[in-house]
Amino acid sequence: MSEVTLQVWRGDDAGGRFAEYVMPAVEGEVVLDVIHRIQAGPAPDLACRWNCKAGKCGSCSAEINGLPRLLCMTRLDTLPPDEAVVVAPLRTFPIVRDLVTDVSFNYELARMVPPLKPGPPEADGTYRMMQIDIERGQEFRKCIECFMCQDVCHVIRDHEENKANFAGPRLFIRFMELESHPLDTDDRRELLRKHMGIGYCNITKCCTEVCPEHIKITDNAIIPLKERVIDSSYDPIAWLGRRIRRRTKPPAPERALDAPVRSTERSGPGAPVPAAVAPQSDPDTSPG
Amino acid sequence: MPGYESHDFDVVIIGAGGAGLRAAIEAQEQGLRTALVCKSLLGKAHTVMAEGGAAAAMGNVWPEDNWKVHFRDTMRGGKMLNNWRMAQLHAQEAPDRIYELERWGALFDRTADGRILQRDFGGHRYARLAHVGDRTGLELIRTLQQRAVALGIEVFMECKVLRLVHDDQGRVSAAVGYWRASGDFVTFTAKSFVLATGSVGRAWLYTSNSWESTGDGHAMAAWAGADMIDMEFVQFHPTGMVWPLSVRGILVTESVRGDGGVLRNAEGRRFMFDYIPEMFAKETADTEFEADNWYEDHINYRRPPELLPRDEVARSINAEVKGGRGSPHGGVFLDIASRRSPEYIRRRLPSMYHQFMELAGVDITAQPMEVGPTCHYIMGGVRVEADTEATTVPGLFAAGEVAGGMHGANRLGGNSLSDLLVFGRRAGLAAAQFALGRPGAPAPDAEEIAAAVADAEAPLERDGGESPYAIHHDLQQVMQEKVGIIRTESELTQALEELDQLQQRTEKMSVSGGRAYNPGWNLATDLPAMLTVSRLVARAALERHESRGGHTRDDYPAADPELGKVNLVQRIDAAGRFTLTPEPLPEMPSDLASLFEEDPH
Repeated sequence: MSEVTLQVWRGDDAGGRFAEYVMPAVEGEVVLDVIHRIQAGPAPDLACRWNCKAGKCGSCSAEINGLPRLLCMTRLDTLPPDEAVVVAPLRTFPIVRDLVTDVSFNYELARMVPPLKPGPPEADGTYRMMQIDIERGQEFRKCIECFMCQDVCHVIRDHEENKANFAGPRLFIRFMELESHPLDTDDRRELLRKHMGIGYCNITKCCTEVCPEHIKITDNAIIPLKERVIDSSYDPIAWLGRRIRRRTKPPAPERALDAPVRSTERSGPGAPVPAAVAPQSDPDTSPG
Repeated sequence: MPGYESHDFDVVIIGAGGAGLRAAIEAQEQGLRTALVCKSLLGKAHTVMAEGGAAAAMGNVWPEDNWKVHFRDTMRGGKMLNNWRMAQLHAQEAPDRIYELERWGALFDRTADGRILQRDFGGHRYARLAHVGDRTGLELIRTLQQRAVALGIEVFMECKVLRLVHDDQGRVSAAVGYWRASGDFVTFTAKSFVLATGSVGRAWLYTSNSWESTGDGHAMAAWAGADMIDMEFVQFHPTGMVWPLSVRGILVTESVRGDGGVLRNAEGRRFMFDYIPEMFAKETADTEFEADNWYEDHINYRRPPELLPRDEVARSINAEVKGGRGSPHGGVFLDIASRRSPEYIRRRLPSMYHQFMELAGVDITAQPMEVGPTCHYIMGGVRVEADTEATTVPGLFAAGEVAGGMHGANRLGGNSLSDLLVFGRRAGLAAAQFALGRPGAPAPDAEEIAAAVADAEAPLERDGGESPYAIHHDLQQVMQEKVGIIRTESELTQALEELDQLQQRTEKMSVSGGRAYNPGWNLATDLPAMLTVSRLVARAALERHESRGGHTRDDYPAADPELGKVNLVQRIDAAGRFTLTPEPLPEMPSDLASLFEEDPH
């Protein structure tokens, strides 16, 4: 019977090494299947996230032979035969254990995005939107939050210090989704410029290349966002218009800082909210 | 609690799929201190895998639709065993819950005049499912997740809850669990708790469910003394992938059939015409001509038999395969390639296209898929009061799949996502009201907490015992072979004996490695719940001497009208003994009962 060799990174935040597992090859399997057989056999404590096993949830992201991939959608017969398959955790995030990383950075940033602010509905209380007007937004909402775009983004991959001031591709498509939403009445451009680091991206398109949902992150989200931010910051007519609008409509940053963000997702015991990215909560407006 | 990290809230929601998120949103909006505790990362719960859509009688495609038609379809799909009040509330409130998602940012596919588009599904008289291509669950969970985040709800991710803890008056007062990352124990005290833990499918070998669906909430409720109903009713979705073996069980959405796909056997015959049951004969097409015209004209033509309720289709596929007319890998063919254009298929079913192309090397725009039944959903669950989702234990509420009653003996496709929204909201509201009315600080029993921790730690402290993976594998074999789609008394009796033996094996299993993110230990802590749920299912299946919905007995092939009037109610007493009693269904008021006298056409 033919065999498959996996070299899997084992360790925690104190360090680790690659361990080699030689398993029988089974027709049609994906890398996650082999990981599961390793867990059921030689290494029951091998840590790995997964949920849907069908490319829909984005839990099992890892670096296979150096490239970010979903373990559940990478068939072994698409990888070079007769070579060991190297499986490592996403490098941009701190290690929890083995293939599991601490992705709380992404969840903390998500709390800073001012949500949809819809205008008034039709007389019957519902909204009308044309399919053609929501297709761009639907493209971004295909995102399964695998965070592989964040993983390859060189602004943060090897620059931990940039994380405090940079949202990354995942959040940029969220911003663009809201900016292009037919019902939205908010303006998030100042927030993007001042706090989300839209200017850091130099459009190498690494994020687009690894997106398992084939979202055109750079072309359809990041570049249009850059254009909108530049228009609003450096165009004198837009500047004047903004001064006038500001009387009735405060831009997003102030509102984001007022937003009732009392709390956080926690991925570990008592994980604190980093002060650099956490808006201060206002006890008077916090619910409860 | 001394010795453990502890948190105190007004309302604690366990599970962050659609029902848990919607419950948390409601409790938080009521101004209560609300926590959401979940086993995975936020946004990864099983809701994300729902594909086809959320059923709601908005009437955007067929103005003839309304909540009464939806109610009637739901009850008939459930073989009239549903809690009528839940089915009524569900049908009445689903549209509001869908429109609410739109206000929170959801982008559903549109009709030509800009309304929410609705799609056909099995058992639904009109096109009724709000959807986004075939990734509706992702849209739903992401919208709810973003709403929860905007409200500042506190979320405890990758935290597994082991047990519910009472106070000295029998009220649920705490939940004990552990952080998966560290393995450290944690307690949550609160005035009310909502279970929203989803399914039990991991007890079966071939399932569409993720690792999380281990019946934690079902078991915790039963251990806490709650009534469990209808546990014999398990839905095998007719269309799961069958090949390659590693993907066997992964869901193939019913939308394939709703959008024009048909089932064929190895001889190329549309065999569903051979399996139209009496109950649905009046509303089901009996020629291919009529079936094919129905997609464009629901008024003058009857529905194709491929869109019968799921229990009927799953049994028919099973019979074709057993009759030797199956596909090469033991399923049947699901063909949309010969019936719709490649562009249409890729637009309507992008995720299915991708899934088959990547995992099976099959181009569904050119070739048929091979499909077969897969364990998908449990209709049974914790007995709840219809309006409030209160269980029979004070302080404990349940919503979504963990709750029983809404779907009777068989759930219609599309009714799950709307169930999550309607009853998630109601559970959150009622839990908030209960918390407001409960005086004093919760005082959980310290001994119960210590017992839960000791049980979880035991496999770590043993050496040389059996691996939890081996026990899990054997459990899946027992449930698949003996408590599957077709059941008999002898197999169920044998299954119960084998479940007892598996229970004994768990008491000797051991786990290697430490506590920190150790999936072997995590599985060891999931096994007790899976075993309890499996016993509840097998016991009820043994007692129901008839075939109805998601429960088919080879030795009692017909439905028994007398058994159609009762729920089988199970309890686990303080000594750990299981009891089972048939109890009459709540009686439907005459104005609703009269809806079933009308001719469907």
